[in-house]
Amino acid sequence: MFPANFGYFSARSVEEAADLLNKHGEDAKLLAGGHSLIPAMKLRLAAPRYLIDLDQVPGLRGIRLEGSVLVIGALTVHADVASSDLVRRRLPGLAEAASVIGDVQVRNRGTIGGSVAHADPAADFPVILTALNASLVSVSPSGKRTIPVAEFFVDFYTTALAPNEVLTEVRVPLPPSGVGTAYAKLAHPASGYVVVSAGAWMERGPSGQCASARVAIGGLGGVPLRAAQTEAALQGQPLTAQVITAAAAKAAEGADPDGDSYASADYKRHMAAVYARRAIESAAQRAAG
Amino acid sequence: MSAEAGYAAVPISVIVNGVKHEAVVEPRTLLVYFLRENLGLTGTHVGCDTSQCGACTIHLNGRAVKSCTLLAVQANGAEVTTIEGLARGGALHPVQEGFREKHGLQCGYCTPGMIMTAAYLLQSNPDPTEDQIKHGLEGNLCRCTGYVNIVESIKWAAERMRGQHVSG
Repeated sequence: MFPANFGYFSARSVEEAADLLNKHGEDAKLLAGGHSLIPAMKLRLAAPRYLIDLDQVPGLRGIRLEGSVLVIGALTVHADVASSDLVRRRLPGLAEAASVIGDVQVRNRGTIGGSVAHADPAADFPVILTALNASLVSVSPSGKRTIPVAEFFVDFYTTALAPNEVLTEVRVPLPPSGVGTAYAKLAHPASGYVVVSAGAWMERGPSGQCASARVAIGGLGGVPLRAAQTEAALQGQPLTAQVITAAAAKAAEGADPDGDSYASADYKRHMAAVYARRAIESAAQRAAG
Repeated sequence: MSAEAGYAAVPISVIVNGVKHEAVVEPRTLLVYFLRENLGLTGTHVGCDTSQCGACTIHLNGRAVKSCTLLAVQANGAEVTTIEGLARGGALHPVQEGFREKHGLQCGYCTPGMIMTAAYLLQSNPDPTEDQIKHGLEGNLCRCTGYVNIVESIKWAAERMRGQHVSG
């Protein structure tokens, strides 16, 4: 298999990439690691006329702290997110999500920006970034803007990015002490993609109760869903196994998943409760620890 | 390259197994076909062609990647090592020796990819547990299901590389 032919540009700056996107509009696609786009092009599910390669653009790789915000360059590969001491120490849920994407070789090449911009409903990063209340920075010829994660994912493979915007950074607020984060995933046994997954951000109050919770579920629709009923059931409650199990049981409330050949809608709902419980328990333990 | 480039072929320069190669390629050329057809390095195999099986695994700037899911133009300026470049000065890489000693292959189709992934694993983790070896191979499939001996081969290579005496 090989892709339909295309014109290739190797951009040398974000501005050049944004100008090229602006000029070619929907005919052009940005190329980061290519681990979603190239398979789609080989299967002829995508046939862009132009590819704008970001590989030679300086400044888009790496993980750094800016005050209390962790900033991950869009071209940072999954393996580097998974193995970063800073991420593992301060945002273990994010490291967990990065470490279960694809396989070793895919994590050496796939990028966080590519994954997020592709917005695959079976991807891992969108779910954990929703739980972590991340924001996404983009640059276009008209300037730079920051998009909260809650507004970023619009639908299946659809984001709030305009056709002339380049995603440059993922920004994740560092949790204060007393907060734990975790990610739990039911992977499709053949593809490794998400069947159902859960990300959790749990804040433990002084007496061990839940001071606040954010729980995001993937696999139940086109975009990650906040499990609002679960979060409400945790709020102010002691973080016992019983409370967590009862709250997690509401994880799929309000969701309307489609069944498929691997997992029925009912099974997905049930697994949402199971994986929400696992993520919440793990995050709550880390919050204590 | 100019914005009016259309489908123009792209000049690339890639160091493969220590040798610099310059070529002009169609942008859509996949790296695995560049290696196999332009350079004649047919040790890198195409298996599933969908980023699953790992038969096409090579090292790109020292990291194991799947060359069926990379464009040749993405390797421009990079260093590539293929299975043909693993042996140095006529001496097999310890992982290659391990696959021979422990019979880590049946039909052999997945073997170059298995060896490239294993060599990468042992670079970063010279003393892996059996579990770490199995997880390290998650991106490589053996349709003969010869995994037991593949894992044994990598254990053998790890011991050899740590300079320990290997018996049997």
